[in-house]
Amino acid sequence: MKVVILGCGRSGASLALQLASMNHSVTVIDRNPESLRRLGKTYPCRIILGNGLDLDTLEKAEVKGCDVFFAMTRGDNTNLMAAQIVKRNFSVERVAVKVADPLRAEAYRKLGLFTINAAALLAGMCRDWLLGEEFKPIDTYNVDGVEVEL
Amino acid sequence: MSMYIIVVGGGNVGVQLTKRLIARGHEVLMLEKDSRQAQKLGNLLGEKHLMHGDGCDILTQKEAGFKRADIVVSVTGEDEDNLICCQLAKEVWNVNRVVARVNDPAHEAVFREIGIDDTVSATGIIYSLIDQQIASDELIPVGHLHKGHVEIVESILSERSHLIGKAVRDIPLPQGSFIVYLFRDGNGMQVNGDTEFRPDDMIVAMVPTARAEELRTVFTDVNS
Repeated sequence: MKVVILGCGRSGASLALQLASMNHSVTVIDRNPESLRRLGKTYPCRIILGNGLDLDTLEKAEVKGCDVFFAMTRGDNTNLMAAQIVKRNFSVERVAVKVADPLRAEAYRKLGLFTINAAALLAGMCRDWLLGEEFKPIDTYNVDGVEVEL
Repeated sequence: MSMYIIVVGGGNVGVQLTKRLIARGHEVLMLEKDSRQAQKLGNLLGEKHLMHGDGCDILTQKEAGFKRADIVVSVTGEDEDNLICCQLAKEVWNVNRVVARVNDPAHEAVFREIGIDDTVSATGIIYSLIDQQIASDELIPVGHLHKGHVEIVESILSERSHLIGKAVRDIPLPQGSFIVYLFRDGNGMQVNGDTEFRPDDMIVAMVPTARAEELRTVFTDVNS
């Protein structure tokens, strides 16, 4: 599969390495060259240095025509904006968005984005492990424990 | 009518805007996420007009009263923050009117596509100012006649034009050039020697192409 990952932090880099080792074609976008050291000395993937909200950068990364796009920077708003650009302007259907704030993750899940909230996911999986329950699809973990009266 | 307006982002743009809105008698609350800046702005604008918090955080939004806001304006220096703030205001809190500052002109289309219709960009404002400058008092060529020997030009007179209040016969037009048409208050008018110009008049003139430059000087040069 052709995969584009925005953000070469811990989660982005580790996802890139896992997918590249399975021989998927992986492109990583990050604006900070320092972050790329997480990929090791011999880059197993294509690197694009630049801002992921910049349309030119996304074009250079050949986002159009990729099978899946991951928005994995540490900025929730950056991820949410990039994901919407990629969906609308580059017609990518499978887009996953890392969102650290559980409320924002839930709000955007309701708006149709596939958001992943690490805290809710971790908590939910710990709970399921403890109770001996089977792990569930990722997006169902977003909802758990997040109810706010608006 | 007094409105409840929330301004997100306490930079220069936000502060100027907030001051003006307060002066107009609106209920205004500014959200600033940097605590030191927030404290400074609290002293400047008055405590009741300032709240320290992240304008993209849903709990902060709840506390700030997004639910009853008439307008939410997001003017931080980051496009992603302005977009998400306005999107949440619209989608989660059903705010009727949201306005986002767009810093990268390439993002204007993105914002519109996502449904944030009201955007303001510094680039856009500067461009429209330049555009207005060009539209006032400049001679704009609109066509040529007789194999290019005759030029048709138009101009919209600004308040600053030195032609304002002058009669046509007192304007030293180059030989062979004529002001042939005047458009004022939605009506077309004939021009004669007695016609005096007013601001916002749109006039059409014909001039031998060789003398177009002279005519341009007459329109734009204050000393002529």
